[in-house]
Amino acid sequence: MSATTTESGTAFVPAADTLGAVLAPGARPPRPSALSASLTFGWRAMLKIKHVPEQLFDVTAFPIMMTLMFTYLFGGALAGSPTEYLQYLLPGIMVTSVVMITMYTGVEVNKDIEKGVFDRFRTLPIWRPSTMVGYLLGDAFRYTMASTVILVVGLVLGFRPQGGVAGVLAAIALLVAFSFAFSWIWTMFGLLLRSEKSVMGISMLVLFPLTFLSNVYVDPQTMPGWLQAFVGVNPISHLVSAVRSLMAGSPDTGEIFWVLVSGAASIVVFGALTMRLYNRK
Amino acid sequence: MRDRTTDLAIEASGLVKIFGENRAVDGLDLTVRAGTVYGVLGPNGAGKTTAVKMLATLLRPDGGEARVFGHDVLREADAVRGRVSLTGQYASVDEEMTGMENLVLLGRLLGHKKPAAKDRAMALLDAFGLTEAAGRQVKTYSGGMRRRLDIAASILNTPDLLFLDEPTTGLDPRSRNQVWDIIRIVVAHGTTVLLTTQYLEEADRLAGRIAVVDHGRVIAEGTPGELKSSVGSGSVHVRLRDAAQRPEAERVLARELNTQVHLEADPVALTTRVPGEDADAGAERAARALAALAASGIVVDDFSLGQPSLDEVFLALTNHPATDQNTQEEAA
Repeated sequence: MSATTTESGTAFVPAADTLGAVLAPGARPPRPSALSASLTFGWRAMLKIKHVPEQLFDVTAFPIMMTLMFTYLFGGALAGSPTEYLQYLLPGIMVTSVVMITMYTGVEVNKDIEKGVFDRFRTLPIWRPSTMVGYLLGDAFRYTMASTVILVVGLVLGFRPQGGVAGVLAAIALLVAFSFAFSWIWTMFGLLLRSEKSVMGISMLVLFPLTFLSNVYVDPQTMPGWLQAFVGVNPISHLVSAVRSLMAGSPDTGEIFWVLVSGAASIVVFGALTMRLYNRK
Repeated sequence: MRDRTTDLAIEASGLVKIFGENRAVDGLDLTVRAGTVYGVLGPNGAGKTTAVKMLATLLRPDGGEARVFGHDVLREADAVRGRVSLTGQYASVDEEMTGMENLVLLGRLLGHKKPAAKDRAMALLDAFGLTEAAGRQVKTYSGGMRRRLDIAASILNTPDLLFLDEPTTGLDPRSRNQVWDIIRIVVAHGTTVLLTTQYLEEADRLAGRIAVVDHGRVIAEGTPGELKSSVGSGSVHVRLRDAAQRPEAERVLARELNTQVHLEADPVALTTRVPGEDADAGAERAARALAALAASGIVVDDFSLGQPSLDEVFLALTNHPATDQNTQEEAA
């Protein structure tokens, strides 16, 4: 391969006529719309998945591991049998896994920002947030994939959602939408922090309490009062309740509304902070 | 200067950028006429890249102001972005994507529909000799190919002003010549080029005017010829037979020419500037200095009288050499 590289690298002689032809100023197309630019960056994210498929490991193997581990670890003790526990656990473990993998957004942004290609994007006359939205669109695909993997594993193990196909699809849609909104916190950290490692560190610090101190694994009634208070305001608890209710076929509109409001708040706050950092970088 | 406002690609005055304690750019003034190649020459850390980033709307200046084709880089950043493009010091292309994908992505972001973006990408790959490599990931490209793809990406929509930040750093001589040829063709088609470089030869070869930058400010500005004549009429290089005679030779030359003599790394070589209004006066003085060396019994193996190089210009202006850091190793 290196032989061909050198060959085509040296054989080239810039020719005034062929170069001149591509330099001739044609009509410039109008600037792309915000949506079109965002979708183009989303396409870039998909191309990266195509070229580096290993990065899908964390949306396939990791969720499978989580589901198997917690079902068989706690199932017998907490609900009598793993299959019974699974009816309670699966929506929660799906939320946990997907929310956990949102942190790779920050890592990815942090890795990319150091490269020259970011400078080029930032000199383009396009809607400024589209670069970031593109990342998150690619990630939404990953979240959907992780949710699907967990659902399939759950069904194989004996998970039987009462909400049927519609309920499960609505639940996954809500989860992916919330994760998209929540990920703006990671784009912010990705731009704010100096290294990938510090992004990972902060992510763990935020994600472990958020996912474990919730109603994913056990009923909050068994916890001390101060912990119940935290679990009660933890957005992940509300998300889990909403997803559970949808999968169970009895949508809890109050919880769903809570999730949508906190998602919107996350976009407004962390989206604004992300763009502030992006423009200053 | 006639037609001041319409004619200028860049007008910057008093630009300042501070990173913590470091005043990376410290009161930089720059005026670049449209349709020319303008060289910004300076050693590593002189503030060249920072200055380019401010002009290309990537960094907010902490002081001063700059206009690109009359548009303020802060208040009218979007208008500026519509007319410039930047090839950064480190290739501004996506390593994990193929050459084709890189160009199609940019074409789409510049508003081309997918078929048009593909056509444009193919035409560019062909013009830059990259057709064969179109389907390969950029990380498999050689340095020269990567740089060509980078420039191709920069002219996807032919810009009015192209920033080239050290476009040949780390390239082998043949790739460097290719980049020089490309730059000449680009300028011939009406694009203004702002080129930063630490290679004096490069600025001399390509640029119509040069600003020499050191510690974030312009310390000299003019055509390559003007810069050279501000230093003197030329320089004389002398090689001795015997290294032991060098201190004596240094003393004689300094006395005869009344200038500072530079001792080369080669223990038998000396270089000195020849003061004088023009080349003839300089040649005469140099001849007399050589005669004085012979009269002192110093054996000269070889000597040459030449125009001062920009290296010497830099040395004369700053009292320190231009390339004092291991930048080549770093880039390679």
